Amino acid sequence: MIRLEKRPSPSRFWQGATPVLAVVLTMIAGGLMFAALGKNPVEAIRTIFWDPLFNPQFAAYSRPQLLVKAGPLILIAVGLSLGFRAGIWNIGAEGQYIMGALFGAGVGLAFYPAEHWFIFPLMVIAGAFGGWIWAMVPAILKTRFNTNEILVSLLMVYIAQNLLASMSLGLLRNPEGGGFPGSRNLSQYPAASNPELIAGTGMHWGVIAAFVAVIAAYVLLQRHILGFHIKLAGQAPKAARFAGVNPTGLVLLCMGISGALAGLAGLFEVSGPAGQISIDFNVGYGFTAIIVAFLGRLNPIGILLAGLLMALTYIGGELAQFMLGLPAAAIQAFQGMLLFFLLAVDLLSNYRIRLGATGEAAR
Amino acid sequence: MKRRTLLATAALGLGLAFGGAASAQGMDKVKACFVYVGPIGDLGWTYQHHQGALALQAEYGDKVEIAYQENVPEGADAERVLTQMALSGCNIIFTTSFGYMDATNSVAAKFPDIKFEHATGYKREHPNVSTYNARFYEGRAIQGHIAGKMTKTDKIGYIGSFPIPEVVMGINSYFLHARKVNPDVELSVVWAFTWFDPAKEADAAKALIDQGVDVIASHTDSTAPLAEAAKTNGAVIGFGQASDMADFKPSPRVSSIIDNWNPYYIKRVGQLLDGTYAQTDSWAGIPEGEVEIGEITDAVPADVKAEAEAMRDAIAAGTYHPFTGPINKQDGTPWLAEGVTAPDGDLLGMNFYVEGIVGDIPK
Repeated sequence: MIRLEKRPSPSRFWQGATPVLAVVLTMIAGGLMFAALGKNPVEAIRTIFWDPLFNPQFAAYSRPQLLVKAGPLILIAVGLSLGFRAGIWNIGAEGQYIMGALFGAGVGLAFYPAEHWFIFPLMVIAGAFGGWIWAMVPAILKTRFNTNEILVSLLMVYIAQNLLASMSLGLLRNPEGGGFPGSRNLSQYPAASNPELIAGTGMHWGVIAAFVAVIAAYVLLQRHILGFHIKLAGQAPKAARFAGVNPTGLVLLCMGISGALAGLAGLFEVSGPAGQISIDFNVGYGFTAIIVAFLGRLNPIGILLAGLLMALTYIGGELAQFMLGLPAAAIQAFQGMLLFFLLAVDLLSNYRIRLGATGEAAR
Repeated sequence: MKRRTLLATAALGLGLAFGGAASAQGMDKVKACFVYVGPIGDLGWTYQHHQGALALQAEYGDKVEIAYQENVPEGADAERVLTQMALSGCNIIFTTSFGYMDATNSVAAKFPDIKFEHATGYKREHPNVSTYNARFYEGRAIQGHIAGKMTKTDKIGYIGSFPIPEVVMGINSYFLHARKVNPDVELSVVWAFTWFDPAKEADAAKALIDQGVDVIASHTDSTAPLAEAAKTNGAVIGFGQASDMADFKPSPRVSSIIDNWNPYYIKRVGQLLDGTYAQTDSWAGIPEGEVEIGEITDAVPADVKAEAEAMRDAIAAGTYHPFTGPINKQDGTPWLAEGVTAPDGDLLGMNFYVEGIVGDIPK
């Protein structure tokens, strides 16, 4: 008989080892799936995990792209993790990401074609504000009327998507675009663009913001009383109340930070890699960041690594698609397996597996 | 700058490896790559492009290698996918959706020796970018004729994807020819704001059917609208879009527009092989075989079928243009005088409905 035995306290070893084990299991199960599709599994896994980093043909381009893809994921996930730790579930980062992009791009386009040094900083503030205000809706509804922030923040995503479509077709549409939807290309408007800062590195302001967020969150959680309150509220809500934690303030703060960071991610994306507001500007970073947050165990350093790993599966997955002819759905299934295995082996942190019926069972 | 140089060097190296970049010399072997917006199994737009890719392979055998990637979002990701394709040694890259326009042009700038072919766009910013499209409005004229004759409720519908000229053109052509044979006919347009989303397309079809519409044309890529029409026991008919969608024969699918990209793909890659390749802006239709009218089924009375086929043959022979004056704009101002046919420039920038259509193009 296989039994599960609860550990007195979570195993530190397994907390660190489960993400690695999950990746290995994903490679094995994914390899079996690729083999079933008639592809060489070793080649497929190598194309996904190795080629973007070390293949001489692609790596010089793919490696910097890793940062471009991981930047918004990390930035959003760090914000979400603070709330998740406190038991506050912001599922609507995708909407906050869209609103950040809309506010930021709106400010930038309002100045077009003027060239002032202050335009981009203003856009950054507007982007953070856009995400923040969108997150304040579920936050205030929760603190005032006790609504469920999971539902409200998620539903706000759909409103944001419709606003995005309406803006691409109306207010923010490029007047020189011949009636086609989509705004002017901000990357072609120097005062409002977020270019690659050091050529060949993929480093843009959004990536720097992501690194800063990781460090700030780390310090906050390790050294600051607020970080202690956040952790306490998640682990022992009653104790937190006694310790003087204000639950309303915590909800507003956590939702606000995660919204603002998601808004920033949207702003950096629209002014940099994406370049313009378009109907399908959002490609799911806000949702993928939830996976990244958990893959990184809600720990800032973990999130940094998880974001890079997730970006690798995206970029490697694209390579595998056109180099090996793997269907897009197989890559999505592969990414899904990663989360599945992570959640499954997570069990090992809190439980011990015992084989056979030992005397201890009677205890 | 470093990255640009690096990319240019890589491109040059590949160009040499594949037997000379200068198109005047011709090539021994061509790697043709395709970027798809949907899955190849959508049975519509992407499916037809992939059929073209397969036909290309069949035509030239060993001299052509094809590679493709499905489900590529129209945004920041497209640029990365294109760059990776260029680095992987593609000689010609077909980007098969409107939203790839800016990405195609910006990647083309970095790889001057690789040919880029963008479907349905209008930007050719570099000598290695060509554009190609098909005159779908010619097929819409025939559908409009059938719709005007077949409707019992005098209400016909159109599922629009995005309010861009290509789609508006189709709506106008469809309506003009329905109104010509049925002065009482009214048109309802529903915008789905997607190219491929079976659930949204089905909702759009349901909304039209609820309004009493009994003939539905669609400008989206899936079979969902026909599947909805099929639930009405023959009360509602529709058309195959982009692909024949023959599974819904003989009703609700009474005819179809088939995008046949095979001749274009075979021609362009052939030109690359024999060294006659040059930048173009191609817009072919029924006469060239790029737009085909799928079999008109027995659900349509014989006389209507004969009229529709006569119109098809007249367009093929060049004796009939679907936009022949007198035609007024929606607000009553004249657009085309008696006997005048629409110049291509007017069609490519079409952002108005013709007289008689109720409602506004989303702004």
